[in-house]
Amino acid sequence: MSALEELDRAYGAACADPAFWSEFDLLCRDYAGRPTPLYHARGLSARAGGASLLLKREDLLHTGAHKINNALGQGLLARRMGKERIVAETGAGQHGVAVATVCALLKVKCVIYMGDEDVRRQSSNVFRMKLLGAEVCPVSSGSRTLKDAVNESIRDWVTNVRHTHLLLGSAVGPHPYPDMVANFQSVIGRETRDEMLARYGRLPDCVVACVGGGSNAIGMFRPFVEHLSVRLIGVEAAGKGLDGSSHAASLVRGRPGVLHGTKSYVLQDEAGQIASTFSIAPGLDYPGVGPEHAHYRDSGRATYVAVTDGQALEGFKLLCETEGIIPALEPSHAVYHAVHVAAELPREALMVINLSGRGDKDLGIVSEALEAGR
Amino acid sequence: MSRIGSALARRKALIGYVTVGYPSLEATLEVVPLLAGWGCDVIELGIPFSDPLADGTTIQEAAHRALANGVTPRLCLEVAAELRRKVAIPLVFMTYCNPVLSLGPEAFCRLSAEGGLDGLIVPDLPPEEGGELETCCAGEGMDLIYLLAPTSSQSRIDLVSQRSRGFIYLVSLAGVTGARQDLPPDLESFVGRVRKRAALPLCVGFGISTPEQAGRAARVADGVIVGSRLLQLMDGRPYRRLGELVAGMREALDAS
Repeated sequence: MSALEELDRAYGAACADPAFWSEFDLLCRDYAGRPTPLYHARGLSARAGGASLLLKREDLLHTGAHKINNALGQGLLARRMGKERIVAETGAGQHGVAVATVCALLKVKCVIYMGDEDVRRQSSNVFRMKLLGAEVCPVSSGSRTLKDAVNESIRDWVTNVRHTHLLLGSAVGPHPYPDMVANFQSVIGRETRDEMLARYGRLPDCVVACVGGGSNAIGMFRPFVEHLSVRLIGVEAAGKGLDGSSHAASLVRGRPGVLHGTKSYVLQDEAGQIASTFSIAPGLDYPGVGPEHAHYRDSGRATYVAVTDGQALEGFKLLCETEGIIPALEPSHAVYHAVHVAAELPREALMVINLSGRGDKDLGIVSEALEAGR
Repeated sequence: MSRIGSALARRKALIGYVTVGYPSLEATLEVVPLLAGWGCDVIELGIPFSDPLADGTTIQEAAHRALANGVTPRLCLEVAAELRRKVAIPLVFMTYCNPVLSLGPEAFCRLSAEGGLDGLIVPDLPPEEGGELETCCAGEGMDLIYLLAPTSSQSRIDLVSQRSRGFIYLVSLAGVTGARQDLPPDLESFVGRVRKRAALPLCVGFGISTPEQAGRAARVADGVIVGSRLLQLMDGRPYRRLGELVAGMREALDAS
C-alpha cells in the first residue's frame, strides 16, 4: 500500500507539472510517431455498405501498438521517482515490447513477465524484448497467460518495491493504475476528437474499440464520454463461443469481483475462483477488465459486445483485403463488429475504429488458424 | 478480550498455517490437532484461491493442488467445523477478497462464526476498503486481522492499529510468503516502530522457517506465523519432521 501511496503522490505531482507533459508530448511526437493518422478506409466502408469507417492508426506507432503511449508516460514517471528497475506483465507481447523499448531509451533495467503459453504464441515479440535488453521471465502458473503474468509482476514488485516500478499496461490493478493508464492513453481519443472537428466539423457518430483489460478502448472513449451523441462500443473476445468457458468476455459474461486490486466485472466460478480464459488474441485473454469500463457498462454510457475467434479472423482478413493493412488480432475483433454496425447506419454516418496495433506478431497464430480451418 | 487475544496473552504465540485440502482434506483434519498438541496457539486455515498474489511458490502450489482436489470455501467451512470439535485453540481463516465477496461478506462471516472460526485475514484487503467486512466480522464476534509491511508509513501503521482486531500481522519483509534462509536485518526496528504506536499484539510472518528465526522474531514480537515450511513438511503420518520443527519452534518461543 505504501508503494501505491508513493506512486499516487508522484503521479499527482507529475500531472500538475507542465514540464512532465511537455517531455511526454515531445517523446510521443518524435520518438513514438504521434499524432497517428485518422484514415478514411474507403475500401472497408464500401464492403460494409453503410457508414464511413475511419481507422485511428495506432498500429503505425513505434513498436506497433498503442501500448507505447502508456509505457512512455509511466517510464518518465518511474524516472522521476528514482526507480532503477521496471517490471511489467505482457500478454500479446506488445506492452512488453513497449516497456522494453522505453527502458532501453531511459536506460533502466527491465524485467517482463509473460505466460509461457504466450511466450510460445508470440515468439517474435519475445525476441524483440530480448534484443532491447529486457529479461523475459516465462510464467508457468495458472492459465499461463496474461492474468498469471500480472500475478508474477505484482509479486516481483512487492518484493523489490523500494527500487522498482511496476509498469502495468492494462487499465487494471489498484488505484492509481486504472486512472493513470487511461490518462496516458487518452491522447488517442483527444487526437481523434480534434481531427474529426478539424476535418468534418463534427464528432463521430460511433467509436469502436476492442476490450481486454481495456486500455486502448478507455484511451479512445474518455475524451468522448461527455459527448452523449457519440456511441461508444467495446468489443470483447468471445473466444470459442460465449456458451462454454473458452472466452474472455468479462463485461458481457462476468460478475462483480476483485482481481489484482480492482473491483470490476470478473470471469469466475460460483465459489469466486478466477476463471481461465481463452482468446485467439493474447492481448484480450484476461478475466477482468478496467473498472471505468464496468462503470460505463452499468451506466449505459457504453455498450459491450463480444466477437468470436472465427469472426475476428474474418475481420483480420477483411482489413488485409480491402485496405492492405494487416491488423493485430485484438483490434480485428473491433473491425469485425464495426463493419456490422456500419451496415445498419446511413452513408453520412461517421464511425471510428481504434486500430490499436499491427498484425506482424500474429502471423504465426493466423497461419495456424487458417490451416486448421481449411 | 477475544479468544485470539486471550491465546496471545498467555505466552509467545506460535501460529501455524495450513492450506485446507493440501495435500488432502484428510491431511488437514489429521494435522491441525497434531499442530495444536505440539504447541501451536492459533491455527490459520487457508482457503485456497486461484490467484494468491501475496503467496510464494509453496503456498501457490498448495492452493493449486487443493483446488484440484475440489476444495471450495463451503468445504473449508465444513472442515473448520469438524476441526472445531477436535481442538480448543482459535481458528482463523486466511483467504483473498474475491471468495469472500463471492459468497457475500455477511454470509461468509455468519457461516464462519457458525463453524467456530475466531478471525479472518485477507491480505489483499486494505482498511480503506474493509469497512463492510469489519462490521460483518464484529457482528459475529470475529476478529478481522490487518497486515503491515516494513514499508508501511506512520499513517498506515496508525490506521491499521486502530482498525485491526485480535492482533496485527507484521509481514517480516517486502515480498511474498515462503521459507527463507535469513530474516531481514531491520526486523527489530520495524517491530519497534509499530510497537510504539499500537496496543494490539504483534505477530510476525512471511519467511519464518526455523526455530532460530522464530526465537529471534519472538524476542521483539508477541508471536510468529509459520506456513510454507509446515506445508513443505506435510509428507504423511506420523509427520515426524513436522512435529520436530513445531516442537523446536515452541521451545525457541518459550526461551525467547
